[in-house]
Amino acid sequence: MSPQPQAAVGAPLSRVDGRLKVTGQAKYAADHDIDGVVHAVVVDSSIARGRITGIDTRDAEAQRGVLGVISHLDKPRLTYRQNQVSNAFPGERLHVFQDDTVRFFGQPVAVVVATTLEAAEHAASLVKVSYDAEESATDLTRGPAQDGPPPFARPYARGNAEEALGSADVRLDLAYRLSRNHHNPMETHATIARWDGDKLTVWDKTQWVIGTQNELAAVFGIPLENVRVLSPFIGGAFGSALRAWPHVTIAALAAREIGRPVKLALTRRQMYFTVGYRPAYEYKLRLGSTRRGRLTAMTHDFKYETSRYEQFWEANLALGQMLYAVPNVSQNPQIVPLDVSTPLWMRGPGYGSSAFVIETAMDELAYKLGIDPIELRLRNEPGEDPSTQQPFSTRRLRECFRVGARAFGWRRRDPRPRSTRDGDWLIGTGVATGCYDVFRGQAQAHARLDADGTAVVQSATHDTGTGTYTSMTQVAADALGLTVRNVTFRLGDSAMPPAPAQGASQTMLSVGSAVQDTCDMLREQAIKLAVEDERSPLHGVDPDDVVVRGGRLHVKGDPARGETYRQLLARNNRTYLEARGSYTPEEESRFSMYGYAAMFAEVAVDARLGLVRVRRMLGVYDAGRIISPKLAESQAVGGMVGGIGAALLEHTVTDHRDGRIVNANLADYLVPVNADIPDLKAVYLDGEDYKAAPIGVKSLGELVQIGVAPAIANAVFHATGRRVRELPITAEALL
Amino acid sequence: MHPFSYTRAANTRQALDAGRAGGRYIAGGTTLVDLMRETVERPRTIVDISALPLREIMVTRRGGLRIGALVRMSEAAAHRGVRALYPVISQALELSASAQLRNMATIGGNIMQRTRCTYFRDVTAACNKREPGSGCAALHGVNRTHAILGTSDDCVATHPSDAAVAFTALEATVHLLGPDGERTVPFADFLLRPGSTPNREQALRKGELITSVEIPALPRPLQSGYLKVRDRQSYEFALTSAAVALHIRGGVIHEAKVAAGGVGTVPWKLPAVERELIGQRPSNVLWTKAAERAADGARPLRHNRFKVELLNGPSSANCAS
Amino acid sequence: MFGAGPADAAQASPSSRVTLTINGERRTITVDNRTSLLDLLREHLGLTGSKKGCNAGACGACTVLVDGRRVNSCLTLAVRLDGAEVTTIEGLAKGERLHPLQQAFIDHDAFQCGYCTSGQIMSGVGCIDEGHTGSPEEIREFMSGNICRCGAYVNIVRAVEQAAHGK
Repeated sequence: MSPQPQAAVGAPLSRVDGRLKVTGQAKYAADHDIDGVVHAVVVDSSIARGRITGIDTRDAEAQRGVLGVISHLDKPRLTYRQNQVSNAFPGERLHVFQDDTVRFFGQPVAVVVATTLEAAEHAASLVKVSYDAEESATDLTRGPAQDGPPPFARPYARGNAEEALGSADVRLDLAYRLSRNHHNPMETHATIARWDGDKLTVWDKTQWVIGTQNELAAVFGIPLENVRVLSPFIGGAFGSALRAWPHVTIAALAAREIGRPVKLALTRRQMYFTVGYRPAYEYKLRLGSTRRGRLTAMTHDFKYETSRYEQFWEANLALGQMLYAVPNVSQNPQIVPLDVSTPLWMRGPGYGSSAFVIETAMDELAYKLGIDPIELRLRNEPGEDPSTQQPFSTRRLRECFRVGARAFGWRRRDPRPRSTRDGDWLIGTGVATGCYDVFRGQAQAHARLDADGTAVVQSATHDTGTGTYTSMTQVAADALGLTVRNVTFRLGDSAMPPAPAQGASQTMLSVGSAVQDTCDMLREQAIKLAVEDERSPLHGVDPDDVVVRGGRLHVKGDPARGETYRQLLARNNRTYLEARGSYTPEEESRFSMYGYAAMFAEVAVDARLGLVRVRRMLGVYDAGRIISPKLAESQAVGGMVGGIGAALLEHTVTDHRDGRIVNANLADYLVPVNADIPDLKAVYLDGEDYKAAPIGVKSLGELVQIGVAPAIANAVFHATGRRVRELPITAEALL
Repeated sequence: MHPFSYTRAANTRQALDAGRAGGRYIAGGTTLVDLMRETVERPRTIVDISALPLREIMVTRRGGLRIGALVRMSEAAAHRGVRALYPVISQALELSASAQLRNMATIGGNIMQRTRCTYFRDVTAACNKREPGSGCAALHGVNRTHAILGTSDDCVATHPSDAAVAFTALEATVHLLGPDGERTVPFADFLLRPGSTPNREQALRKGELITSVEIPALPRPLQSGYLKVRDRQSYEFALTSAAVALHIRGGVIHEAKVAAGGVGTVPWKLPAVERELIGQRPSNVLWTKAAERAADGARPLRHNRFKVELLNGPSSANCAS
Repeated sequence: MFGAGPADAAQASPSSRVTLTINGERRTITVDNRTSLLDLLREHLGLTGSKKGCNAGACGACTVLVDGRRVNSCLTLAVRLDGAEVTTIEGLAKGERLHPLQQAFIDHDAFQCGYCTSGQIMSGVGCIDEGHTGSPEEIREFMSGNICRCGAYVNIVRAVEQAAHGK
């Protein structure tokens, strides 16, 4: 087969769904206009642990428009079958309204349904719940760790870290505390549920329509094919919508019990209760090094929070094992079950937390040894993956630093802390490595080429703002030899060919490869039709010599000889051609596959006011092939903004006396605003990685946030001489 | 939100009648509607006063200012007279909230703002301000953003307004109109410290309306400015702020008006700092020395000790220069 | 727990009639006094372009123009809008022709998920009308009432600059 010309892939196209978004026409979960829909509002527990002793619904039910109040007292029937196609964690997921136990503050304890939102909200505030409260434990620093390691993790050791530390020229022994963060997508989670007999349709904010479909089938004990989940637009998620949370069940339950379609949108406050979060960590890191800056040992002892009913895990071990050539490593992860809800992966899960620790420690080591922080990292570049001895598919971290150092002006830096001033501000620069896995999942797609020469391609994937609609259109357009305008990509429907969850940066690689496969098949089908058609100008041509461009099939090197799809299909009386293709990653890869980044930050610190302001940032990425450069740049810049939040602002605060989250709103849980963000620059290294994927991409969406917070923390040290081993870095730590 | 009846007052008389009957005035509504949605506020009747003729900004004969209660924050901030005479007010307003909120909220409503204390806003928590006698969850709870000055064992909530800090510094007065006629209250007496009755926040009588805020004339030239310290650069309440106005003549400070925000249960006038400044020549040494008096009497809580350091930093005085 | 008492025994919330103009169209509507402008638009009039991000004036996703000024529609009671003129994102384009700021948002990729976008654009229109576009710093400050969690701020500033100055 002749390689197709790449006109769309790699071109800086604007978002294909841009017009819908700037005109307010893109339909997010709560925007769908469903006939006869009524409104549900959840009532949350105001204790973190104990039992419900009574629920008085009389005042609520006396409100005009109220259709019902549902709680465990109604013993609503839910099956809660096991569900393997789920991002639930070992343990047992929260069952809604099945018993009187309260497991965390803000747990749903009842739902009110009314004909208007106003009535439902008011009635919900009138439901009186009484409790027998028990003392709760929500403080990671005080809770005892569970015996044994977290799920899918085990203590790791290579070499003898203790011995190597004992004999190291230089040792660092550091303790870190990382705050809990909430994803806080701008769209609050919402579900509209409608039953038609025993068939359930939900319009949901989900990063995994197939996962939500499976969960609802399991919870309600109905066949999978009776559930359809739709999620055409997602107002951001960053991981929070990777599993079907209790409110999804509640919406469907309420719709079943009331007998009307039900819309349930969580409030912003409720977004802090039941849709996951990045867990708090306590992390102890020890480093051993030679005087020349070769790492000899690294030990990681850390614990993080989880709920009492599920054992959360995230990928917090990989970086400690593979990022640098350290001969002696030990890792001892622990989880602390608390009276809290279950965390869920948040952008760059595990990697972000461990990168902060490792990358600020590397900076400390650089200062201790008097070696440039970039140079220190380069001295510890491994030739192969030190944990698996596999070759890297691609690893261009060196190049990231070289390109970044030049563009950022790293050489001009005076390395001494507190050496640079601008008026009242202390200026500092810092650097950190970012690195994230290349996750790959099975995906399928379907493509149909119509007689009018346009194509529709679809897969049950998602666009959380990452640009799936656009990037898949680009891949499909080139594979089909069509202009972007003549290709429509559809997603977000569980009835479409299955795709993995949109998490762990696997969508471009997995779904993109499936789209490529599907569209290749379709194009070849059309070529076959042409070369076997006596009436075609392409009759008898070797199919491998035919390419398609702008909807026209022609002989490679002889553009004059060919015909259009339209001509071909019309002559053959075909209204359409279609194909279904897939991508399945190989079971065991021979390669170690990761994306890499060099992050640079410049900060200004007013030491008297404890203020840190980011002045500029630069990220240089080795992310494989970039399908959609304009959108990839937005992703990278957005990752920096997320990282700035994690570094300087974000902190979910719990009152440990009763487990109450006290800043469960956007005025008190601070995320960056426009004024916090200066010009940010992103550079992707040209290249591709065909060992990682048939379409040459690695991963991107997580990678771009991983090294941001440590780069900023290192810059704060350079500016002030103050090493902060806590996130976020706030005024208290700097005064 | 609890149900309520709604009336629109066509004139002052109608408003006062409705107010006397127990109606709750609404102007910009940015605090009231927000708190009604949280069910912290549950008025039975709302009286819309936006049609009242309280929208004027007047430069008084002696060079003071009178700002109508219904002037929007954005209008006051942009007003040429305000900008020219009292930059500290413009700056305090423009560093508040967001452009959208400033387009809605009024000057009268701004000084009537209720605290952002998280326990006050959460009806499932103990709060003496919201529910007298229920206790103060903040006192031994999470209190990073709370007050260190003017607190009591019953309440440690800060007053959130920035403009009120400027008004306090400038020794403004509040003009009120009630069923019994007009009266004028010094700003310092208008907002009440919590004491044992944190539910009483202003020296307002039943049915009284704020008609304007008057800033007295101060000797010219006057340098003034507002400094606001917060975690993020915008759209956040102050951790600490300072409003400063200085009359400097012949290189000597003759008049100093200083107040701090974000640290007190009410905007906190700093007379000790003012005394340190008056009669002195401006210098970094002076700022530092004066600021050392800014936290006099502070009672820090578990999480907000850093506010003492912020106050004692030299910046509070520096911002005027 | 279903089937509250007979409807006439139920407690009703006071409502009012208001006449207002939305995107050029004059409407007379009976609203529950509690209904916010945002919920009126979204739940009663099918104008779901304005978004609910916090319902507390802390995010800006609900920004619309009322009598030409940008405001948070979540904190605006609909009952107070008698005689008002409201412009939402749905009323910004002239037929097929996008408002220059809408086009600038597309050109500069000033959004990702799109959820804050309606509010950003309406706020940007207000920002330009107010004349707060003198420098990138001024735009940043005066656009800070609109949170974008995807982090498109850099491009939002460029889009507002383009629309304000034809850059």
